[in-house]
Amino acid sequence: MYARSIIAAAALFAATLPAQANKVFVSNEKGNTITVLDSETLEVIDTFDAGQRPRGITISNDGKHLYVCASDDDIVNVFDAETYERLHTLPSGPDPELFVLHPSGNPLYIANEDDNIVTVVDVEKRTVLAEVPVGVEPEGMGVSPDGKIVVNTSETTNMAHFINTETFEIDTNVLVDQRPRFAQFTADGSLLYVSSEIGGTVSVIDPEAGEIIKKIEFEVPGIVPEALQPVGVRVTSDGKTVFVALGPSNRVAVVNGETFEVEKYLLVGQRVWQMAFTPDEKLLFTTNGNSNDVSVIDVASQKVIKSIAVGEQPWGVVVAPN
Amino acid sequence: MKSGFSTFLLALGVSALAVLSSGAIAADKQIVRIGVLKVEREQPLPLSRLDLPPDDLGFQGARLATKDNNTTGQFTGQDYQLEEATASPEDAAAALDALVENGAPFIITIAGAEDLIALSEHAAGRDILLFNAQAEDDRLRTEVCLSNVMHIAPSRAIKADGLAQFLLFKRWREWFLISGSHEADKLWADALRRSAKKFGIEIVEERVYEDTGGGRRTDTGHVLVQRQIPVFTQRAEDHDVLVAADEADVFAAYLPYHTWDARPVAGSAGLRPIGWHPANEAWGATQFQRRFERLAGRLVRSLDYQVWLSARAVGEAVTRTKSTDVATVTDYLVGPDFELGVFKGTKVTFRPWNHQLRQPVLLANDRMIVSVSPQKQFLHQVTQLDTLGFDRPESQCTLDQ
Repeated sequence: MYARSIIAAAALFAATLPAQANKVFVSNEKGNTITVLDSETLEVIDTFDAGQRPRGITISNDGKHLYVCASDDDIVNVFDAETYERLHTLPSGPDPELFVLHPSGNPLYIANEDDNIVTVVDVEKRTVLAEVPVGVEPEGMGVSPDGKIVVNTSETTNMAHFINTETFEIDTNVLVDQRPRFAQFTADGSLLYVSSEIGGTVSVIDPEAGEIIKKIEFEVPGIVPEALQPVGVRVTSDGKTVFVALGPSNRVAVVNGETFEVEKYLLVGQRVWQMAFTPDEKLLFTTNGNSNDVSVIDVASQKVIKSIAVGEQPWGVVVAPN
Repeated sequence: MKSGFSTFLLALGVSALAVLSSGAIAADKQIVRIGVLKVEREQPLPLSRLDLPPDDLGFQGARLATKDNNTTGQFTGQDYQLEEATASPEDAAAALDALVENGAPFIITIAGAEDLIALSEHAAGRDILLFNAQAEDDRLRTEVCLSNVMHIAPSRAIKADGLAQFLLFKRWREWFLISGSHEADKLWADALRRSAKKFGIEIVEERVYEDTGGGRRTDTGHVLVQRQIPVFTQRAEDHDVLVAADEADVFAAYLPYHTWDARPVAGSAGLRPIGWHPANEAWGATQFQRRFERLAGRLVRSLDYQVWLSARAVGEAVTRTKSTDVATVTDYLVGPDFELGVFKGTKVTFRPWNHQLRQPVLLANDRMIVSVSPQKQFLHQVTQLDTLGFDRPESQCTLDQ
């Protein structure tokens, strides 16, 4: 009874904060679970089973359906974001790792690392619409805000492939540095950021021209350059601030989206890979695979404000839109 | 009905793409021919039947790399073609000439040091670049400096340093070194002694295990081994770890669990420093393993990986320089822009002074990756990978000057 009233009081206190509470879903690759956080209290509110080796994670535009790549089950699990009940699965092709939803909410574009293809899945009919051959070891998936282009990165071919979402044909290929892991468009679609984990750079690409306009490099005193391995990239919707997760250097770089200069490095947990904003972009959550926690970054002050212990080897993260 | 419809759509999507790509590519493709030359010498049978070498050892690495290179080539306009050859040491030069005449200026050699040096001399002055996938001899990195050879295989020194760093991390500073009586065993023992000295490790005792010949495997052979090895290893100085130098595969595999003292075994058995291991799953390695297994129907071995890496280095250089010219490719490989992801967590590059590929070393037991060196405590002003093997001041080679 006593404990309950404390929780109630905490909830009451939290409710007075201006931020809206959203659920934050974290996929735990080794734990085979999803940890659910509350973006307002920054506490773990639930954990549920997610299939074998959950990695890529995303959510439908209405916030009702949570999509999780169960890499070792070769399927995409679809969960009810309220009840955490598994509703059904989607055909994904073998070893799905990362995916992206079309801005309209359908279809889902899945990178199949094992088969050098991108699988396009209709999430309502639950059928495969197309398989697009790409380079060796496809991984990163980004979609342009107008939904016309899906970009896939292939880790051994070292390319960003621009796939036309109407014809499923590759329009453009851009050669980037070694082992591209992630592709992220700006909200206005004018720029595309592609991180190269082993190359240690982020390529800033003009999607219209299909050309690299700048390569962002990283340097942290006291950290060996080999540890600066860019993976996840997130850009504020005004395009002004870019966050880059730097893997085993345990840092997130804050990059100026206009000058492309690195302005700051934030110390987070160990082996930071993926990140997600709250819808109001006040907070950014990072998954730290080797310290089993999530760091919470306050976007305005560019400070790490909290670490939250989650499941074993957190991999991906998505925040519910509502 | 529903599934039939989706299949139709799927087929449509795929065929549309196929038409586009064939149309786009047929125009003028750059042909890139890579040769693999295996120089065969008689090898005794391994102690364990699990180690019997498959006939296609090494070649399968080249076949996978050619597929990988062509997947990239379909977007960048290259057509990679593979030529394979096997020759005796006497016929190796002629086999090399045949490969080159067939249009393959890039030749991956599966050969020992002696045969590699002969091939390098034979190829000198011509537009030929050799990739050494097998010979680990330190002298090829320190004294015998071959300008037309890229060393993909890790040197013995690289492997020994990788092992020594991890044993130091474990604070196992006192080694009992047992080496075999073959020439290769002596070279491996030399590399281990050098590493011990480099990192302040004490070799408290050394013994030599003489190879007295005889059959490699016998029925119920373990009965004798169980009595012989404890006797051979008894009354050694106090040590933390037994390190075995047995490239000839005569005795090291017998050591674990049979030693007089209850100590771990490393080197040629137990914890082994190696270029590749089929259990590696990190850094995208799973996909590489699965691609290889689908193609070859067996697990990857270090030699397959090193041949794959050789052909991938050619592919990467050709993709980036858009050239198949040997001088252009060589300059790019040893230059500051070359880098390659090879499923070991960090990019690999070449040491310009001796053409050795800088690379992490896997430390593995029979079934798992135990660790990967360089260990993060070992720092270097250029790259941590240069804490493994011969750094510039330790080598007489000045191929970049």
